[in-house]
Amino acid sequence: MLKQLEMYLQYPFVRYALIVGVLIALSSSLLGVPLVLKRFSFIGDSLSHVAFGAMAVAAVMKLTNEMLLILPITVLSAVLLLRSGQKAKVKGDAALAMISVASLGFGYLIMNIFGPSANLSGDVCTILFGSTSILTLSVKEVWLCAVLSVLTVLAFVLLYNRIFAVTFDEDFAAATGANVKLQQTLFAVITAVIIVLAMNLVGSLLTSALIIFPALSAMRIFKSFRSVTICAAILSVLCALLGIVISILAGTPVGSTIVAVHAAVFGLSWIIGKMQKAG
Amino acid sequence: MALLTVKDLSIGYDGQVILSGLNFAVNAGDYLCIVGENGAGKTTLMRTLLHLQEPLGGEILTGDGLAAGEIGYLPQQTAVQKDFPASVREIVLSGCRGRCGIKPFYGRKEKLLAEENMARMGIGELAGRCYRELSGGQQQRVLLARALCAAKKLLLLDEPVSGLDPKVTAEMYGLIEGLRRDGMAIIMISHDLSAAVRYASHILHIGRQLFYGTTETYKVSETGKYFLKSAEEGGINA
Repeated sequence: MLKQLEMYLQYPFVRYALIVGVLIALSSSLLGVPLVLKRFSFIGDSLSHVAFGAMAVAAVMKLTNEMLLILPITVLSAVLLLRSGQKAKVKGDAALAMISVASLGFGYLIMNIFGPSANLSGDVCTILFGSTSILTLSVKEVWLCAVLSVLTVLAFVLLYNRIFAVTFDEDFAAATGANVKLQQTLFAVITAVIIVLAMNLVGSLLTSALIIFPALSAMRIFKSFRSVTICAAILSVLCALLGIVISILAGTPVGSTIVAVHAAVFGLSWIIGKMQKAG
Repeated sequence: MALLTVKDLSIGYDGQVILSGLNFAVNAGDYLCIVGENGAGKTTLMRTLLHLQEPLGGEILTGDGLAAGEIGYLPQQTAVQKDFPASVREIVLSGCRGRCGIKPFYGRKEKLLAEENMARMGIGELAGRCYRELSGGQQQRVLLARALCAAKKLLLLDEPVSGLDPKVTAEMYGLIEGLRRDGMAIIMISHDLSAAVRYASHILHIGRQLFYGTTETYKVSETGKYFLKSAEEGGINA
């Protein structure tokens, strides 16, 4: 099996997939910890559906670089959703659900009516579940992913103490001089960028798994914010690597394989957490 | 000049005034209790004092070397915090955030300050423990230590003893009293009128009747007499 893996690693597209997979897994897991703690687990889901809608429009408009449309639309939605918070007329979870299904519905409708391709269901399936797109990355896309992921990790490290303060107690942070609004906007922008990137890896429907699973697993076992964050990052990278390798060797779809690995790891963490409590 | 001066302040939500004509001042060493019925606007007043929401009229002035971001704040606990994975040290350190300015990380000075305040609150041994596993009283001590890291001269406490049992409540009042003796000015929202008149130097009563003055004058004022009597009878828990 190792021989087989060695053989596959000689192909550049496999190496690209591994590099991009690890980078995306790392940055999405970092964002996941504060998002889960702030009860924003569904934001990833909703935003990836928005991105699906935007992708459908981009496909119909036959844009050469789809990112130019998808990124701004997703970023805008993220800012609106994360900043409206408690004050909005439509309450948080309802707003998320509404935007999520509306984008999904419109996206498919547009593709169906104006779709240029003969293989519509194949295209939609690829966008939703990311079946093969990770193995068809161009060098340019790899660089884009790499730069954006590194920027995200850097921003997270530099803002780490602020992120903790605002996640734990927004009011206290604001009262002691933190610019909570600016920080939330920045966080929303980064989240949107990572979600669009993650769609390449696991597809639109499975994106939020990359965000929530590592954080949830880490929280079963660890009890401080720092250890949870570090553990989530490590788990996420390992699960992504394992998922991609399994999918290549076994010929399974990349996205769902990664998610299955994450779910298994969560189960394991849950058991470890229970054992810690008992012991 | 006083640490905090409130002039003809109006407070409320979405442009709707719920309380107006507030005038009071907090000087160094003062212990002001804000009392009043539920819904009178105690928490709204505190949020306005902290600049978490805009005043609808009037002014809030800080002076005597106190800047707006240097007020220590002990909020009521939120649902998010109940299962938050964070160590005691991480939480107390986050009180130093405002001092760091644009510096991204905490330096030795901030870490020392956090250690000092944990010792001051008697939670030095809990530093590595997980916040969600502590008792209610211990959690309040952690949040008070965090507030102390941010506070230079003034502490705002929002119902610091709600949900605590009588013994822990007494300990909490003792801690606050100790901080006051060390020179910290205190503003406290309280439901507990009998404790308010026992500990506070000044009372601000808000609601249908407004009262601001020293505790001694409050006890003999019409508002004070009426509410103290009701509180004793257990009729109104003002």
